[in-house]
Amino acid sequence: MIRIVEVKKVFNAGKPNEFAAIQGISLNLEDQKATVLKGPSGSGKTTLLSLIGCMARPTGGRIWLQEREITSLPERFLTEIRRKTFGFVFQQPNLIKGLTALENALLPAYPLGEPYGDIKKRGLRLFDLLDIGPKAQSKVEWLSGGEAQRVTIARALINDPAIIIADEPTAHLDTTRSREFMDILGRLKGEGKTLILSSHDPLVFESPVVDRVIQVRDGRIESETE
Amino acid sequence: MLFHPTILALYAGSLMVSFLVLYALPPTWQVWRRWDLNSGSEEQLTIERKTYLISTLLAYAFAFELLSLFLYIFTAEQLHTYFVGAMCAAGSLYVNAYGYPTLILRLINFLLVGLWLIVNYVDNRAPDYPLIRKKYLFFLLLAPLILLETALQAGYFLQLKADVITSCCGSLFSTDRTLIPDTPNFLPQFPARVIFYTVMGVTIGWGSYAYRQGRGAVLFSGLSALALLVSVMSIFSFISLYIYELPSHACPFCLLKPEYHYVGYVLYLSLLGGGLTGIGAGILSPFRNITGLAVIIPALQKKLILTALILFVMFAAVVTFQIVRSNLVLS
Amino acid sequence: MGARIERQKNILDYTLAALLRRKRKNAVLVLVYTLIVFLLASVVFFSRSLQREAADLLQGAPEMIVQRQVAGRHELIPLAYLEKIKKIRGVQAARGRLWGYYYDPVVGANYTLLVPESREVAPGTMAVGEGLARLRLSAVGDDIEFRTHDGSLKELKIARIFPAELGLVSSDLVLVAEEDFRGLFGMPRELVTDLAVQVRNPKELPTIAYKIAEALPDTRQILREEILRTYDAVFNWRGGILIAILSGSVLAFILLAWDKASGMSMEERREIGVLKAIGWETADVIQMKCWEGLAISLTAFLPGVLLAYAHVALTSAGLFEPVLKGWAVLYPHFSIKPYLDVSQVAALFFLAVVPYTVATIIPSWRAAIVDPDAVMR
Repeated sequence: MIRIVEVKKVFNAGKPNEFAAIQGISLNLEDQKATVLKGPSGSGKTTLLSLIGCMARPTGGRIWLQEREITSLPERFLTEIRRKTFGFVFQQPNLIKGLTALENALLPAYPLGEPYGDIKKRGLRLFDLLDIGPKAQSKVEWLSGGEAQRVTIARALINDPAIIIADEPTAHLDTTRSREFMDILGRLKGEGKTLILSSHDPLVFESPVVDRVIQVRDGRIESETE
Repeated sequence: MLFHPTILALYAGSLMVSFLVLYALPPTWQVWRRWDLNSGSEEQLTIERKTYLISTLLAYAFAFELLSLFLYIFTAEQLHTYFVGAMCAAGSLYVNAYGYPTLILRLINFLLVGLWLIVNYVDNRAPDYPLIRKKYLFFLLLAPLILLETALQAGYFLQLKADVITSCCGSLFSTDRTLIPDTPNFLPQFPARVIFYTVMGVTIGWGSYAYRQGRGAVLFSGLSALALLVSVMSIFSFISLYIYELPSHACPFCLLKPEYHYVGYVLYLSLLGGGLTGIGAGILSPFRNITGLAVIIPALQKKLILTALILFVMFAAVVTFQIVRSNLVLS
Repeated sequence: MGARIERQKNILDYTLAALLRRKRKNAVLVLVYTLIVFLLASVVFFSRSLQREAADLLQGAPEMIVQRQVAGRHELIPLAYLEKIKKIRGVQAARGRLWGYYYDPVVGANYTLLVPESREVAPGTMAVGEGLARLRLSAVGDDIEFRTHDGSLKELKIARIFPAELGLVSSDLVLVAEEDFRGLFGMPRELVTDLAVQVRNPKELPTIAYKIAEALPDTRQILREEILRTYDAVFNWRGGILIAILSGSVLAFILLAWDKASGMSMEERREIGVLKAIGWETADVIQMKCWEGLAISLTAFLPGVLLAYAHVALTSAGLFEPVLKGWAVLYPHFSIKPYLDVSQVAALFFLAVVPYTVATIIPSWRAAIVDPDAVMR
């Protein structure tokens, strides 16, 4: 359960270009549910995702992750929580060129200090589950869009997080790939993962996987549908 | 002034360390003044990120300090031929008033920076950084000492003048200058040995108790400092004599030479390491009641005490081995 | 503990992979870095070798030399002085020495002529240094003509040539018999060049020197220690000057390193952004950068030091020879043994690696503090 209370995020505070991306949002997100933040670009949904995902700290308000209040944690501890709790899928694949698909997927586990052999085993299993097993040793430059997307999913899952955060995950995928992606998400939800997505793609927020759609505009919650 | 490649290297080293310290000062000041973890402001974020810079700079400074400590002794060793009557590094350092103060300050700074890193390590384990103001104040106080060290060292090297033959006349410096003493013999031999083994024994004994019981770290800290001091004095007064097998050459530096199988490195590294970790264990004690640190500190203290114990035992063992093996018999 | 080592291993792994991917970008830096280390190490090794060479050589020299001075100039000294010296308590032995210089107009070089203590050189023959034999294109058995003090010619046969390994000072050396030496320079029987004194206890050297100065007011005393010290000072001073000159290039190199480190490519910046987004912490990235610096330093330092070692050992520091060896017209052609010790490597470390590291810490930190959510914007 994630509890968000009166969260605000201001960029460039005190400067002429001050900009309030989130202007006071309160929200509860339940475990093992799929929630979509929907809204036009610039509405603040990505910022909200980054606040929930411990990537940034709100300027005001409080966020509780389970029973832990995370808003006043320094970056070092935010990161520690983040890498164990959240898996991220971004709008772009954001893979590192020159490395193989598998190596890319293993990167989040590197700083955790697990023996490489163990991480690798887990990675290969994920690749098999996602049907990209044969691509494990290919350089990421040679992957198709759909394969790259699956590699990023494997990367998001490598530390076995409870919550998957996906920011506009289908923006660069065609319809077939998008559907496949939603199917994978459905499977993950079935396994007990919590999903938090941002999207303005009907394929996403109308998908049967999604439990809840929250409409965000100008840094505020506009409406909500179950 | 002497113009010697290793002297230049030492200048370069201390200038670099001073630069690191000076560069760390403004952000340290900022952290000390403006730290507010509850704020989500951009300023707080910037300050938080600067703490990474400061720790990194100081970690490097620590490593460089350790290395240059030995290079300093080496250089003094190499320079001894320049000065009439100087038999080794001990003599070179006596040539002017800055030699030994620089060395002592180097040792102190090494220990202090090491302690800072221990405190920093602990503080970084607790999500609310409970020691942050204290540790940065500590650094603000420590910084001038490092800069002073650079100044003292420059003073030492700049005022060195080699006793070199000039073309004009005979060159009997020797007569105008009294012989540079080797090193003073602080303590009479027999009590020195007794004191050394007593202090070491008590320190190791109390350390084992503190390690098992998880308390008494402060006393161990004090004992470690005492053991460090007594050991250094013992090296002067009898350990070196046994190693050199000469009843008169009480030099703490020649131990580092290849003739003595570099035994000095083992001795000094174990001693400095033991002293640092031993003292480090105790200075954490006052903070063990802070909520965020209640678990971290006792665990770390155990590790530090264990490390100190191993190093002290190693030191004592090497010393004892050298004494037993030595052909020298001191009455 | 294990986890911490694994973490370092994993980060190091990534760093090396990243460096290999950007080989070309770092090639120039490593090359310049290697060159800098090479130059500095050559100077340090070479001046140290010369110093040691001189020290080894002087091991055989007398502990004290007594010279007579007239009007502030070195003069021949009467053998009669020996008696006075031998009477001083603590003097073990004293003897007269005969040596001098001879200018050979054929090759334009100065030879050092010396009468050896043992009578190993028969009259009419000589033993010469390798440099001299090379210059005169002579071999054992050849005659070399000398012009004596009165203008007549005197021929001496080469009986032996010292091998080049003997080093710095023997290169221009000529050992002759006493008769030949006196004949060549027209030196009276009762005079010698200077006196060599041996004492029983080295600690008494200064005292004895002082007593000699009192007994023989027109002499000066030179101690072996002092010659050694002077050699040391000269060689090290030259080394120091060269390093000071090289410090300009070190500075340029530091600027290059700083520039390279702060001018990260877009690609690299994006990569660090990705790493932070997927869960790497600022400290992890700094750690990575630290490994990167270490890898680059080692890649440059080891070859630089090895090349310098080869430069000193194989070519006798061909690049710096004229500057460092100095005065001799007849360059000794000898291969010096480079002496390598920890302090030299430590000195090089402070002259090259530490400045490089310091120049990259701050840019690395800047790179590491990218916002984790930067890739989402």
